[in-house]
Amino acid sequence: MARHTLSVLVEDVPGVLTRVASLFARRAFNIHSLAVGPTEINGISRITVVVDAEGDLLEQVTKQLNKLINVIKIVELMPEASVQRDHILVKVRADAATRLQVTQAADLFRASVVDVSTDSLIIEATGNAEKIHALLAVLEPFGIREIVQAGTLAVGRGSKSMSDRALRSVSA
Amino acid sequence: MSNGTTASPSLPAKPANRSKDAAVSSVVEASSLVQGPNNIIAPTEMLGSQAIVRSLEELGVKDVFGLPGGAIMPTYDSLMDSTKINHILVRHEQGSGHAAQGYAMVTGEVGVCIATSGPGATNLVTSIADAHMDSVPMVAITGQVHSAFIGSDAFQEADIVGITMPITKHSFLVTKAEDIPRTLASAFHIASTGRPGPVLVDITKDAQQSKMMFSWPPKIDLPGYKTVVRGHNKQVREAAKLIAASSRPVFYVGGGVIKAHAAAELKEFAELVGAPVVTTLQARGAFPDSHELHVGMPGMHGSVSAVTALQQSDLLITLGARFDDRVTGVLHTFAPNAKVIHADIDPAEISKNRTADIPIVGSVKEIIPELTEACRTRFAEGGAPDLSAWWNTIGRLRETYPIGFTPTQDGLSAPQHVIQRIGELTGPEAVYVAGVGQHQMWAAQFIKYERPASWLNSGGLGTMGYSVPAAMGAKVGNPDRVVWAIDGDGCFQMTNQELATCVINNIPIKVAIINNSSLGMVRQWQTLFYDSRYSNTDLNTGAGTARVPDFVKLADAYGCVGLRCERDEDIDATIQQALAINDRPVVIDFVVSRDSMVWPMVPTGVSNDLIQIARGMTPEWEEED
Repeated sequence: MARHTLSVLVEDVPGVLTRVASLFARRAFNIHSLAVGPTEINGISRITVVVDAEGDLLEQVTKQLNKLINVIKIVELMPEASVQRDHILVKVRADAATRLQVTQAADLFRASVVDVSTDSLIIEATGNAEKIHALLAVLEPFGIREIVQAGTLAVGRGSKSMSDRALRSVSA
Repeated sequence: MSNGTTASPSLPAKPANRSKDAAVSSVVEASSLVQGPNNIIAPTEMLGSQAIVRSLEELGVKDVFGLPGGAIMPTYDSLMDSTKINHILVRHEQGSGHAAQGYAMVTGEVGVCIATSGPGATNLVTSIADAHMDSVPMVAITGQVHSAFIGSDAFQEADIVGITMPITKHSFLVTKAEDIPRTLASAFHIASTGRPGPVLVDITKDAQQSKMMFSWPPKIDLPGYKTVVRGHNKQVREAAKLIAASSRPVFYVGGGVIKAHAAAELKEFAELVGAPVVTTLQARGAFPDSHELHVGMPGMHGSVSAVTALQQSDLLITLGARFDDRVTGVLHTFAPNAKVIHADIDPAEISKNRTADIPIVGSVKEIIPELTEACRTRFAEGGAPDLSAWWNTIGRLRETYPIGFTPTQDGLSAPQHVIQRIGELTGPEAVYVAGVGQHQMWAAQFIKYERPASWLNSGGLGTMGYSVPAAMGAKVGNPDRVVWAIDGDGCFQMTNQELATCVINNIPIKVAIINNSSLGMVRQWQTLFYDSRYSNTDLNTGAGTARVPDFVKLADAYGCVGLRCERDEDIDATIQQALAINDRPVVIDFVVSRDSMVWPMVPTGVSNDLIQIARGMTPEWEEED
C-alpha cells in the first residue's frame, strides 16, 4: 500500500493525541509512524503521521481527521516537495577489535557516536528512511543490541509556513 | 505546490481560490456562535454548579432529563432554584439519553441529559452512541469525581470522556469553574451545527463547588471547527446538467433532510424534476407518503418499487443520506448504472461508501433550493427530462407489489394490521416512536407519514429499548401531539421503567406493545437462515405462554391504563379507547402472531436485485425497457 505523510495541526489540549490515535484505530486505518510536538505558535501542536493508505482510503483518513474538533488543518506532504527525516539511536556491539570499523561506518552515514563503553557504542543518526535502512544494514553484522526510533518528521520546502496559513484562515 | 497539497476535504475546489469562494464565506459567523438570546450579563460571582444551571438557562434550555448522584449533586442543588428549567427525573440514565433524543427530534432543539459520574455516565453510553449514529443534537452533562482524585480509581470514577470519545461528536472535561459557561456554549454550538451529534461535558465535583465570575455571552473559540452551509455553485450547476440529461433519476432522500428542516424545499425540487422519491428509514416523513412521486422506503425491508428504482436508476440525487449497508445491500452491486449526486453536510460521508460523481458539501436546506433554481434554468433552456418510460416501469412495480401482508395461520392478529390501524386511526399529525426489530420495520412500512418529525426510531445503532423513553422525550417536547410508542415485547422490557417517569410527571404517551412473545426479528432470521432452530428467542409474554410479565398488570402497577387486545375485532375499539385517554399513559398489550415476518426482504450478503416479496418469492421482472 502507498505511504503518505500527513502534517496535522492540532490544538494543544488534553486528549488530542488520543483522539487522533483512536480515530485511526477504530476506522482501521494503518499508522506507520507518528510524531508529535509543539510548534512555533503557543497552543498549537503538530502531528506528523505516516499512513499506509490508497487514494480513497487516504481521502477518508483526512476527512475523518478533519471532523475532530481539535484538528485545525491537515496537509499532505509530498516527498518531492518536503523534507522528511527519521531519527534513530542504535546501540551496537563494539569491542576494541571492532570499534574502529563501527565508527567508520557511522562516519560514512554522517551519524555520530554519542556513547561509548567497553563493548558497545550508541550511534545517533538522522536521515530519510532509505538512509536509516542502509545504516542499519551496515551495522547489523556487528550485532545490534537496541534500536530506538522516532516518528518521521516532515516539513514543506520553501518559505511558506503551514501554521501561518492555517491561523490566517482561522482568524478570517 | 512547494508546501505540499492540501488534504482538507470539502469540495474538489481548487485550493488556490478556496478562500474566495462561497463555501468559506458561508462559514458560521464568529460573533453569533452562542445559542439563545445572547443576553448580556455583567460579571457576577456564583458557584460552578450555579453557572451550569445559568448557562443552560441562557442557552434557552427548557427541559432536561436526568438522575442525580454523588458527583453531580452540587448541580442538582442549584437546579432546584431554577424557575426556567424543567427537570424530569428518569428511572435509568439510558432513559434520560433517549428522552433527550426524542425531545431533540421533535423540537429541533438540543436535547439535554444529566447523570452522575461512573455508572451514571456509563449508563448514558448507549443513548450517546445512538445519538451519534443517527446525528441527533444532544448535550450530555456528567458529574466527575474531584479533579484531585482523577486517575486514582476513586469511588464512582470512570473515564467517560475516554469511553465516549469514539461515539461523540466532541467531548469536554471541565476541571475549573470558570470554564463552565464557555464549554457549555461550545457544546451546544457543536451539537446543533453542521452534522448534528452528541457532545459530552464531564464536570468535576470541585469545578461545580468552586466560586467563579459568571458573565454572558462567553466567547467560543473553536479554531478547528468550521461548517460549510452553502453548496458550491459549480457543483450545483453540474448536478443540474446531470439531472437534465438523465432518463431514470431517483431522489434518494435521507434523514439529513429532516434534520435540516428541508422538507418543503424537497417537495418543490421533486415536483420540478418529477422523478421518483424514496425515503430511507431515517427520512420517513421527509416527503409525504401520499404524494404521487413517492415510491416507498428503500433497503433491506424496502418496497419493491423503491429498491428497484434505486437499482435501475441512472442518476441518484442523494440528499442527506449516507449509503448505509441496510440500504445498499452488497455495495458493488448497488445501483450499478447510476451516476451519483451526493449532497451532505458531512464531507466525510461523501464517497465514503459510494463514490460521488458530483459531491456537494453543505446543508440540504441551502443546497436543495440552489439545485431547484439551477434545474429550472437548465430545463427552461433545454427542456425537462422525459421520464415517462421510467415511470412506466416504477409505476407498474408500485401497483403490482404494494407493501402488504398475509393473514396469519394461528388465529392470532397480524401485527402489521394492528400497526396499520394505529396509524390510520391516529393520523399523520401524531409522533410514532419505534423500538428495534420487526415492529420497527412494520411501523416504517404500514404507517403513512406525511410530515417530518412524525417518525422516530433507532436506525443506525439499532437500540432495543429506544421507544418508551424516546416517546417520553417527544411528548415533553411536543405535548400537544399524540405520541405512540410502538414497541416490541422484547424492547419494552429493556426500558419500561420510564413509565413511572411518565406517570409521575404527567407525560401521557401511548404504548402499543406488539407482543409476539419473541425476539421477533432474530426469530425471523432463525426461521429463514438457521433452519428454524429458535435459540433463546422465546420471551414467554404472549398467547399460550406463562405471560411473564403480564403487561396489563405491569401497566397497572405503574399507574398507567393497561389494555389487552387479542382479537382482530377488538383492535379498532382498543385503539380508540387509548386515543380517548389523555390524563395518563396507556399501555396496550396487542397479542399477535409470532410467525408473521417482515417482507419484502433482501437477505444479507446478496444484491438488492434479489429482493424477495415473500419467502422464496421474487418479483416478476419485465424485460428491460
